[in-house]
Amino acid sequence: MLLFCAVSYGAMIFTQFNAVKGFTSIPSAIQWGISNFYPAAHSFEKLPAILNKLLETILTAIAASTIAAVFALFFSVFGSKITKVNNILSIMSRGVATLFRNIDVAAWALILLFSFGQSVLTGYFALFFVSFGFLTRAFIEVLDEVGESSVEALKATGASYPMIILKSVIPSSTPQMISWILFMIEINIRSATLVGILTGTGIGFSFDLYYKNLDYNTASLVVLTIVVSILILEYLSNYVRRVIL
Amino acid sequence: MTTLLNVKDVSKQYGQDTLALSDVNFSVEEGEFVSIIGPSGAGKSTLLRCINRMINVSSGDITFDNESVVGLKKKELRRLRTNIGMIFQHYNLVERLSVIENVMHGRLGYKSTFAGILSLYKEEEKEHAVHLLKLLGLEDQIYKRCDQLSGGQKQRVGIARALTQNPKLLLCDEPIASLDPNASKKIMDYLQNISVSMGITVLVNLHQVDVALKYSDRIIGVSGGKIVYNDSPEQMTQEKIKTIYGSEADDLIAAAGDKNAV
Amino acid sequence: MEANSVKSDVSPEKPYRHYKSNKIRVKRLTKPSLIVRLTLGILILLTVYSFITIDYESVDLLGGIAATITNFKTMFFAPHFSNFTFLQGLYAVMITMGLALLTTVFGAVIALFLGLWSAENLSSGRISNGIKGFVAIIRAVPTVLWVLIFAVSAGLGSVAAIIGMTFHSMGYLVKAYSESFEELDKGVIEALRASGANWWQIVVQAVIPSSLTYLVSWTFLRFEINFAVAIAMGAAAGAGGIGYDMFMASSYYYDLNEIGTITYYILAFAILLEIIATRIKSNLHASQT
Ligand SMILES: Nc1ncnc2c1ncn2[C@@H]1O[C@H](COP(=O)(O)OP(=O)(O)O)[C@@H](O)[C@H]1O
Ligand SMILES: [Mg+2]
Repeated sequence: MLLFCAVSYGAMIFTQFNAVKGFTSIPSAIQWGISNFYPAAHSFEKLPAILNKLLETILTAIAASTIAAVFALFFSVFGSKITKVNNILSIMSRGVATLFRNIDVAAWALILLFSFGQSVLTGYFALFFVSFGFLTRAFIEVLDEVGESSVEALKATGASYPMIILKSVIPSSTPQMISWILFMIEINIRSATLVGILTGTGIGFSFDLYYKNLDYNTASLVVLTIVVSILILEYLSNYVRRVIL
Repeated sequence: MTTLLNVKDVSKQYGQDTLALSDVNFSVEEGEFVSIIGPSGAGKSTLLRCINRMINVSSGDITFDNESVVGLKKKELRRLRTNIGMIFQHYNLVERLSVIENVMHGRLGYKSTFAGILSLYKEEEKEHAVHLLKLLGLEDQIYKRCDQLSGGQKQRVGIARALTQNPKLLLCDEPIASLDPNASKKIMDYLQNISVSMGITVLVNLHQVDVALKYSDRIIGVSGGKIVYNDSPEQMTQEKIKTIYGSEADDLIAAAGDKNAV
Repeated sequence: MEANSVKSDVSPEKPYRHYKSNKIRVKRLTKPSLIVRLTLGILILLTVYSFITIDYESVDLLGGIAATITNFKTMFFAPHFSNFTFLQGLYAVMITMGLALLTTVFGAVIALFLGLWSAENLSSGRISNGIKGFVAIIRAVPTVLWVLIFAVSAGLGSVAAIIGMTFHSMGYLVKAYSESFEELDKGVIEALRASGANWWQIVVQAVIPSSLTYLVSWTFLRFEINFAVAIAMGAAAGAGGIGYDMFMASSYYYDLNEIGTITYYILAFAILLEIIATRIKSNLHASQT
């Protein structure tokens, strides 16, 4: 416990975090928020433009997640101890996934700016890489949990390797995998906002624009649209999970 | 009678130190109902899995239907496996799929990968599957998901899946070890019926001596990877049970005695 | 066979046959399988739509991919130090770690209380739902926006980053903690209540000890996430640390080789954290069985 406090205190010094200033800033932030951070009448004129950007961001997040899921499916089948073809491929696919998910999405965006510039594609690939790494790990765990028993049974009937994967392993793991994809989309919408700020695209760009122009009313409207869309998505995902799991 | 299965000088070594089977020799005639008994760890599961090459033997030879299984290539191996049905202690069904979908899996070995993946089953294959499900008393469960079935029902699905293969031989690895006495009796009755009415050879691993005595034409006793008994149930004595089971024997004999008393 | 003789074939309807062709159906659409297909279908449609409508802005896709591969080579095979030394880099990673640690600790402490009050089995329905709704909204706002919002009054820098990240961590952990608490066996709480224990005694004696392993692993998982978030906040919200160095290398010095160095730093620490997290998780699994 003492060690823990010492480490935390060390971290405060390292990050030059002034606890007093930090905690006293919360009330003033709330006060500021109440008096400035709400959508005003003029903000709503921007709503169509904002929604447009929001749609672009959501679509990017979905596309990155689904394409990543396709790649992750292949890599996880090779990576899982239940379905692997051989050890070398298994280690390789796990390794590639580790590499991709451990470079943060913001870092990927900064790297990809060099090749794709300030475009949607930069954000798309940044989201794709991280999602691919993340989903591969998640899918491997799902496959491992399916267990060997039905694989053994199908093997004993004389079924071929692709049949075993597609008729026994995939049906058993589809619901869990869909659940992970939906989770990934939620994460990606939030990440896309961040990446948008870095790459000047999507809803992140919208927020940054109004924020830097000190138009906090409109910036708050942007935040509101993000919150609403994430809550709707969460609701839909939970419904799907309840039915299929 | 013709010999369906011949196991000759088979040994199986796991890693460096575990000799699971050593110099096993026996043969099984067509239509026979043979039980393999022995304590856990004796090598029963290993022996069964060597026959359909789920496990490769370390040395020795196995012939099934006048053909050596040991050297078979991928394609021939798949064909061999279509002729041998397998039933498992934990049923090994795809729990999320329906009964009929699981049963149809028994046909996969006969199909091209393409046809198998797209579930292109012929009408007579489906008729056969439904017929088998009726025989096994599962006609009301055809579209039920397997995770909603009882243990006994799951095992009957497992049997139906094996039978759709039109196998010559059924390998059963402790088929009743996870079931209550009632369901156990039912499953063993089904297996016996199948053997008699369909002429399918049955090779079943059992832990319970009394069950083996009741149902088998012949009993093979395995202990420490060696065959120590291979004769009809009538020849089984308490002495011999002791050589098979070692120290576990007393409990088993007591249990069997209780059953006889009732 | 006995089962066969009891149930005869004469049943008037054969529900497993197609009503027209009289063929046997193997697949029958159930609600779950329908929802699975619908979900996948919608996702595929939206993905295709997204690729059709994407604004390529005259970006050359293939050229970009080729450039990316060349850039990877530069980064990973020719990393160098030019704007900072090895030790300065390490110091920057430590700052990022510090951000992650502080925000996880602050978030965890607050979340412990809110988690207890929002667990259905430990709290009243109204308070529980109130807190859950509140943290759902907190979680829906991306961390970077929390940081930027706090930055207006606290100024861009570590203070805003820490408050903003703490906020989001708290939202995440409240959900995780309350779900862990809710898994606790009802009987245990009932038994203690019957023996006259008050709420705090129940919490300290039963609830926390029995869910401790979950709490620890969720907290560490959040720490892992916060390390990544801290890098991002360095890059996007001026919070300092290795993320800020990366932002500078990318946007001001255009120094790919140095980005390579920074990527190695990030990878080393992130993989280390992941290995620890995996260990903790497998311990969890072991203690469950
Ligand atoms: N995959 C394996 N790897 C290593 N040893 C094994 C493996 N499978 C079984 N064994 C060992 O081989 C011996 C026989 O096991 P098994 O055939 O499962 O016996 P039984 O089915 O009679 O209980 C045991 O000592 C067991 O520990
Ligand atoms: Mg066994």
